[in-house]
Amino acid sequence: MKVKSKLLFLSILLVILAVLYLTWGLNPNNWDYALPRRIAKVVSILLVGSSIAFSTTLFQTITNNRILTPSVLGLDSLYMFIQTFVVFVFGSALLIQFGKYFNFMLSIGLMIIFSVLLFKFFFRKEGNTIFSLLLFGVILGTFFQSLTSFMQVLMDPNEFFVVQNRMFASFNNINTDILYIAILGVLVTLAYIFRYTRELDVVSLGRDSAINLGVEYTSFVKRMFIVIAILVSISTALVGPITFLGLLVVNINRQFLNTYKHKYLIPGSMLLGSIMLIGGQLIAERILNFKTPISVIINFIGGVYFIYLILKEGRFS
Amino acid sequence: MIEVKNIIKAYGNNRVLDDVSLNIQKGKITSFIGPNGAGKSTLLSIISRLIDKDFGHIFIEGKELDQWDTNELAKKIAILKQFNHINIRLTVRDLVSFGRFPYSKGKLTEEDWKHVDEAIEYMKLKDIEHKYLDQLSGGQRQRAYIAMVIAQDTDYILLDEPLNNLDMKHSVEIMKTLRRLVDEKGKTVIIVIHDINFASCYSDQIVVLCNGKVFEKGGADEILREEILEQVYDLEFCIQDINNNRICVYY
Repeated sequence: MKVKSKLLFLSILLVILAVLYLTWGLNPNNWDYALPRRIAKVVSILLVGSSIAFSTTLFQTITNNRILTPSVLGLDSLYMFIQTFVVFVFGSALLIQFGKYFNFMLSIGLMIIFSVLLFKFFFRKEGNTIFSLLLFGVILGTFFQSLTSFMQVLMDPNEFFVVQNRMFASFNNINTDILYIAILGVLVTLAYIFRYTRELDVVSLGRDSAINLGVEYTSFVKRMFIVIAILVSISTALVGPITFLGLLVVNINRQFLNTYKHKYLIPGSMLLGSIMLIGGQLIAERILNFKTPISVIINFIGGVYFIYLILKEGRFS
Repeated sequence: MIEVKNIIKAYGNNRVLDDVSLNIQKGKITSFIGPNGAGKSTLLSIISRLIDKDFGHIFIEGKELDQWDTNELAKKIAILKQFNHINIRLTVRDLVSFGRFPYSKGKLTEEDWKHVDEAIEYMKLKDIEHKYLDQLSGGQRQRAYIAMVIAQDTDYILLDEPLNNLDMKHSVEIMKTLRRLVDEKGKTVIIVIHDINFASCYSDQIVVLCNGKVFEKGGADEILREEILEQVYDLEFCIQDINNNRICVYY
């Protein structure tokens, strides 16, 4: 099968699953109530699946590593921390006054600043290994999680309620407030990245080769980092962190498409991410009757796969 | 011409390059030799902008390195490092076609494909051009990378230990190819090399680096002398002329 027909196959599969999700158990009595809610949910799932897969593809390309994801580096913990921090410092009253987008935009802004700092701290130096990056990510993630709980303990209970509402977003409690701005965010980043798919191909050869072939490496990677920060913010804001989805999707995608071209890899991963989430959600809602949250399923499968990948990498190096 | 002026590079308190100055002539093979940790690879990386220098200047054709647009420079100078492990699946032809990126930004024209074919032909890779890199032997992979650099069609070609992990036959083939690139295509080749005898037989100019300084530079007959090499490597050398080449025995 050629790459294009594989992409077509994924698109058709996605449409089938989406239609199935929208129409399963629908009848004229519940039509008016259920359909708009389901549409919002499908759109959110598409956004989350795409932005996680998209950001992980970019992240693995710039780090030249197939077991890292932005969440392994603790970027979604960072987002959670920022959300809590914003409520902690400004108070929920002020945030409500500024409107529902304010908190999200402020968080994205802070995410970008943090990730540029992270980039400066880590990627500018020569000779940093993947292992120190992983270790660094785990420490950073734990650090931000601890700070988050620390602040929540200190908080006024009413304020905490506001934070909790945002923090415990999940697929059954999607934060639909920011749906429109999230759609815009994903589309804009996608349009931006699609001008650079060939540069991404070159960067996947590694830093030295990319510089040799005339890519402005440092500034390019920094810009990619910013895009990743935006995408991680979007998906985390919508449904909270899903650690292993990106890892699972991107690796399966690379194996399935068997190409190095980001022109195909990016749409492929976005389709696959959405398929997995909608399929998983179908299973969790309709077959398991909401007894098991989808993130548990994904993290279980993803975790096993992650261990498999680490063992495999270890054998070759 | 590449002019290196007073380059200093330090990691912590350790000066890897300490006030290095030299000129690299056009249309010649220049070899950097010296013991491990002498700063050879670092110097090569600095000349090719892979790492930043702390002090000093590099002039490429009279223009300082920082002043060059990086894409323009990619048409002028190519570097191949010794560790090229990539974790994407590429065929030989894919890899070689990356060499045209500075010219076409990935949208290869007919002209570009002509260069790719030429480079594949030049490195005798025609029969394995559709094989994946991970299916190749070390020598074939090294040739594929060199083909990419040839497709890049730069005046200057910098290679960091191109003979690493190759047997004698493949080493000789690579060195002959480099010689041909210089003699037939007028390229300038700069290599870091450990095998002194290869350096002696194939290069026009040899630069001996030791402890981050240029110890000596010149033609093979000036450099391959007991008193120089014994001092640099701390070994006993026996050097003789064999078939008009200076060959040393130090085993």
